[in-house]
Amino acid sequence: MLTIENLHVSIDDKLILKGIDLEVKSGEVHAIMGPNGSGKSTLSHILAGKPGYTVTQGSITYLGKDLLDMEPEIRAREGVFLAFQYPVEIPGVSNIYLLKAALNAIRKYHGLDEVDAMDFLKIIKQKTALVEMDQEFLYRSVNQGFSGGEKKRNEILQMAVLEPKLCILDETDSGLDIDALKVVANGVNSLRSAERSFIMITHYQRLLDYIKPDYVHVLADGKIVKSGGSELALELEKKGYSWLEEQAAA
Amino acid sequence: MSTSAQQIENLIGKNYKQGFVTDLETESFAPGLDEVVVRKLSAIKKEPAFMLEYRLKALRHWMTMKTPEWAFVKFKPIDYQAISYYSAPKKKEDGPKSLDEVDPELLDTYKKLGIPLDEQERLAGVAVDAVFDSVSVATTFKGKLKEAGVIFCPMSEALQEYPELVEQYLGSVVPHTDNFFAALNAAVFSDGSFVYIPEGVRCPMELSTYFRINAANTGQFERTLIIADEGSHVSYLEGCTAPMRDENQLHAAVVELIALENAEIKYSTVQNWYPGDKTGKGGIYNFVTKRADCRGDNSKVSWTQVETGSAITWKYPSCILRGNNSIGEFYSVALTNNYQQADTGTKMIHIGENTSSTIISKGISAGKAQNTYRGLVKVLKSAKNARNYTQCDSLLVGDRCGAHTFPYIEIKQPSAQVEHEATTSKISEDQLFFCQQRGLSPEDAVSMIVNGFCKEVFKELPMEFAVEAQALLGISLEGSVG
Ligand SMILES: Nc1ncnc2c1ncn2[C@@H]1O[C@H](COP(=O)(O)OP(=O)(O)OP(=O)(O)O)[C@@H](O)[C@H]1O
Ligand SMILES: [Mg+2]
Repeated sequence: MLTIENLHVSIDDKLILKGIDLEVKSGEVHAIMGPNGSGKSTLSHILAGKPGYTVTQGSITYLGKDLLDMEPEIRAREGVFLAFQYPVEIPGVSNIYLLKAALNAIRKYHGLDEVDAMDFLKIIKQKTALVEMDQEFLYRSVNQGFSGGEKKRNEILQMAVLEPKLCILDETDSGLDIDALKVVANGVNSLRSAERSFIMITHYQRLLDYIKPDYVHVLADGKIVKSGGSELALELEKKGYSWLEEQAAA
Repeated sequence: MSTSAQQIENLIGKNYKQGFVTDLETESFAPGLDEVVVRKLSAIKKEPAFMLEYRLKALRHWMTMKTPEWAFVKFKPIDYQAISYYSAPKKKEDGPKSLDEVDPELLDTYKKLGIPLDEQERLAGVAVDAVFDSVSVATTFKGKLKEAGVIFCPMSEALQEYPELVEQYLGSVVPHTDNFFAALNAAVFSDGSFVYIPEGVRCPMELSTYFRINAANTGQFERTLIIADEGSHVSYLEGCTAPMRDENQLHAAVVELIALENAEIKYSTVQNWYPGDKTGKGGIYNFVTKRADCRGDNSKVSWTQVETGSAITWKYPSCILRGNNSIGEFYSVALTNNYQQADTGTKMIHIGENTSSTIISKGISAGKAQNTYRGLVKVLKSAKNARNYTQCDSLLVGDRCGAHTFPYIEIKQPSAQVEHEATTSKISEDQLFFCQQRGLSPEDAVSMIVNGFCKEVFKELPMEFAVEAQALLGISLEGSVG
């Protein structure tokens, strides 16, 4: 589904990603861990097409196409979804309005009719139940006045409604209480399928207790310094990152 | 500039869809203004003597006045002698008696604007008076309104048919001495709409006037007068467009509303005059005086305006809350783009006891535009327990535009309660990127955010107009993202 080769990315002439290689196949769940400032969010932004970064080397292929060549909205319509580490607020625009506009933009791109109001309400009802979210949140402005945890849950709601193919979750588990963590994990697990892949950026093993990854990668100083199975996360939990950073430096 | 800021810049390139010119034979005056011109104008329209007297009085007063300079707008001085003060489509004989006699070119123009005057296709439930350049060309639904006792006709016709009503009320809210442009209008206004709702009548449909400036080098000076007699109710809509021309054209209208005891007037405007091109060339100067007199107890006037057009907009629809318990409301969306300038707001003058007013103003600036809110809340000594709530929000699109807020508050009555809230925000690159990440194009994202910002005002508009207003904002923000 996704192939990243030798990716180098800089911002304001400062090199942040220094040669990333990553292969994500359909149905796989990859966890990316690593110290603060190592470039995890940068990678997620590059995948989603956020302006302001320069790719100096390397390539990204998504479903056989050059991802870097696509506008951010085209990537989204082609199935790339990013749950933001810091979701933005949009005053005046209701959650439900955004969801409907987004769903219809994606459907239109694929040559489908807009969903009618009744069908849409049905979908929404089912998806809010999935993330155990009160219907009242639908009529509030996007993320405005939401608590940190509510914002994260809202990202998962959007993901559930839009049904993307490649889901990138940037620290969706940070700031969640235990119950909310379970809800988010539930949401993700129910979306897991053979056609859908996940890249989960996280600092904590506890998320991986609920969502078992196929692969764990450690990103340090702009490079993937170690990859392994789910047991790698447990090892990191015990030993921290310093031994890997030392290895990489050596 | 980052890519995203560039995108925002591109997005707001305007696309004016009403900019065509209609080829019509017109009859117009040579440019220039003096007593001879005013007499000729009055004579052509076969006006009663009081009207000519009034016009001459206004002209003499105007000649002593100077263009006001206090607004936050910049423009080259206007040469009032270079403007033609009358232009009308040449009538076949003595003017159209029914729609069948209206020049098909004209009907076609209104059709292109989405305002069918054809009785078969007309907007359901809306009576339309169409004003082309300076004259009213067609009024629909006259019969049905007459049955209800409602008078809705061009001002020129009202002067023939109901001169006593006009004489009683014209200039009673906006006197000819009020301000420079009001004086000019009083001297040279050529037509406009006249509405009278008799006692206890709820007007059975929305009344609407569409203004269209077509001819070059003409000014448009309409005069609208709406009288809601005791216990009556009316909702009135006003829409405006003009062709694209390189020169600036002056539009100086006066609107007077009078609400007697227990009467209610709702006045909505969607103003989309030609704003000028991307470089700031051309466009309409929209210098308008709109004022309502809540003369009777328990009367109510509500102004709702969506201002997206004009090179310069300079207007303050106001309410004089004279009657006890009277209510004034002002809901405004003003969008400026490229080099457009808007200095708009309202005045709420509390005179009666328990009067209350609400002001909700939403200003959006994009490109290099300047958007100013200027509002006055004045509570006189007599206005016991007066209340006002003002909310004034500005939204900036891009970083080369400006928003300014000048709220003036004068309170002479200690029991008054006045609240004021103001915010300024900006469409951020992060918001835009977030929306794109959810599949929306940047155009749709900006339009969604702007529409969300204006929601409180749009909900005050009559249904059909709300849809039109939303679409208009979309078009105004439409651009060339490639
Ligand atoms: N606009 C910017 N200008 C300069 N440096 C930047 C900019 N944006 C990010 N960086 C730097 O890039 C590096 C990687 O940041 P990134 O947000 O990708 O880290 P992260 O791995 O997601 O960290 P965390 O775990 O704290 O979320 C950091 O050193 C950060 O300071
Ligand atoms: Mg991060």
